Amino acid sequence: MRVSLFITCFNDTLFPQTGQATVTVLERLGHEVDFRPEQTCCGQMHSNSGYPREALTLVRRFVETYRDAPMIVVPSTSCTSTIRAQYPRLAAGDSALLAELDTIIPRVHEFTEFLTRVLEVEDVGAYYPHRVTYHASCNALRALKLGGAPRALLGAVRGMEFVDLADIEQCCGFGGTFAVKNAEVSTAMLTDKMRAVLATGAEVVTAGDNSCLMHIAGGLSRLQAGVRAMHIAEILACV
Amino acid sequence: MKTFPEIAHTELRDTQLRRNIRKATTTIRARTARVTAELPDWEQLRDAGQAIKQATLRDLDKHLLQLEERVTAAGGSVHWARDAEEAREIIIGITRRHGATRAIKIKSMTTDEIDLNPAMHAAGIEPIETDLADMIVQLMDDTPSHILVPAIHRNRAEIQALFEDKFGQGKLTDKPTDLTAAARLYLREKFLNTPVAISGANVAIAETGSVCVVESEGNGRMCLTLPRVLISLMGIEKVLPRFEDLQVFLQLLPRSSTGERMNPYTSLWSGVREADGPQEFHLVLLDNGRTKIMADEAARETLHCIRCSRCLNVCPVYERTGGHAYDSMYQGPIGAILTPQLRGYEKAGSLPFASTLCGACYEVCPVKINIPRILIHLRAGATDARRAAHAIDPETVAMKAALWMFASQSRLGAAQALGRIAQRAIAHDGLISRLPGPLSGWTDTRDFPALPAQSFRAWWHNRAHPK
Ligand code: SF4
Repeated sequence: MRVSLFITCFNDTLFPQTGQATVTVLERLGHEVDFRPEQTCCGQMHSNSGYPREALTLVRRFVETYRDAPMIVVPSTSCTSTIRAQYPRLAAGDSALLAELDTIIPRVHEFTEFLTRVLEVEDVGAYYPHRVTYHASCNALRALKLGGAPRALLGAVRGMEFVDLADIEQCCGFGGTFAVKNAEVSTAMLTDKMRAVLATGAEVVTAGDNSCLMHIAGGLSRLQAGVRAMHIAEILACV
Repeated sequence: MKTFPEIAHTELRDTQLRRNIRKATTTIRARTARVTAELPDWEQLRDAGQAIKQATLRDLDKHLLQLEERVTAAGGSVHWARDAEEAREIIIGITRRHGATRAIKIKSMTTDEIDLNPAMHAAGIEPIETDLADMIVQLMDDTPSHILVPAIHRNRAEIQALFEDKFGQGKLTDKPTDLTAAARLYLREKFLNTPVAISGANVAIAETGSVCVVESEGNGRMCLTLPRVLISLMGIEKVLPRFEDLQVFLQLLPRSSTGERMNPYTSLWSGVREADGPQEFHLVLLDNGRTKIMADEAARETLHCIRCSRCLNVCPVYERTGGHAYDSMYQGPIGAILTPQLRGYEKAGSLPFASTLCGACYEVCPVKINIPRILIHLRAGATDARRAAHAIDPETVAMKAALWMFASQSRLGAAQALGRIAQRAIAHDGLISRLPGPLSGWTDTRDFPALPAQSFRAWWHNRAHPK
């Protein structure tokens, strides 16, 4: 299958290794990956922060970029849910744009969702001999309703010692600009998340969204906790 | 006017509050989860609740007029209040006419919304809260911190000391049974010797002219039956067209709020009945911004709320800050969307931002209000209001700059390259531990990753075009 990667601005800029891992896994499974350099940002930050008109510009750019892409894979739960849930609202009133979104959105899939629901694979041939715990991320859990999909992918990784994270439904406190505008409340939430991560004794905390992971890892490294964060694609890419 | 983060700053440091709220919300969360999961048709009930609310709001005027007609026919009086001031005047006017110097009250957020108690004091009438927790809050000269459990931030020892001080019943213990017995003794006298009662209303039924109040303690029942005069204040969105609609909400409400299968006391009355209960009944219908909310299609479903407080109990932000940070009688996720709409962005503009948009509230709301969606909608409103008020708004400048960068792939690539040079002074070992300006809020407690040597797009380009 020809798969178009929407890396997201955040991963492109800060976490290129996540994109590289996504490419590795998809190619290993026999798919052809294409990357369209016109892509930039899905508009999540603008939309969530009170700038819907600015976000709409980026909706149009996304449509321009992916109009003819047969399949679009996104290694970010929050960007996927922005596209799915918010694009139609941002485009309200523009019937031509809405019609285009109607045809594009069904082709947009979050990375683990693409693997488990579109390709229907759980074992991607990974080997990762470490103690790992998984943070669900609110978007994976509630907006995308990924359920046990990411957990099933991790379950098939050879050599891994997997430990469940307590209170998995709890938000890590990131919330985009929330982490800055309400930095103290955000930190209070993060503290509890870190407590849960540390209680697992894991060496690695993983998730399907680097924004949660940047938050959790940023807190852990400040505490010299000795736990690192890795996007799930990076674990699945290891052999 | 303090903002949410400013009040939260203080509240977060109250360790007793943190522990109380966590304990209370986790307990009630487990209980509501259990009793909602046990109903095989829970999802259908939620859908029915949502559908009834949607349909009712579409013809609200019709239902309200029918309600007025039926209540009047049953011997009650109906009053229309455009805003808080009108509602206060009506209620105080009726109380005065009966020469009452005090009135007993049933737990009601709507009377808090119109600031009734201070106005009554000013008019020489003593309002007496009879819901146990509301009574505690009132006697402590405090404000509620939870829709359903207003004194959630207080502990038993504080309550024991308060009762000893206020009741004149001598020394008490901190045993819950002793404390409630003391409260009962104190309240009975009020129930028996006060001519006027003031209540809110959970529901009113248009076709029968009935008003319904649900509660757990029975103190409400006392207020609804003992005094001569009863005044009920109700937001106009609380009306339901048919009697049969009630069964949906009498299932949704207790299971979502207290986690009970059925609330212990359900009072339902229509007008007045000779020699049975109050002999004069007044229903005050309050707008106070509700028709304005209704006119905003994207926010309208805010009015579906049945005030069950389940969204508070699952909210990770509320669990850390408690209710006072919202500076409103409506707290938690529902407060974050309702208060700014009632009071305006100038007074409550920080509330739509007091959420990570985690969606826990939407997942459990018994009438499926999409709170995260409304929060995002209100953020746009708050941002527009801020932009209009300031010639140069720093955040807007930053957002515009970000858009300018994202509007072009080469600009994004250039910005990434520039960032790598700019960070040299602050990045060490792949981490940035101090960011300037507003971003310091992040690095006060968290490291930020430094930009990697190569962006993904650069890596892809090199891979596709090997030198
Ligand atoms: S918004 Fe929903 S969950 Fe929150 S109090 Fe209202 S009805 Fe209950």
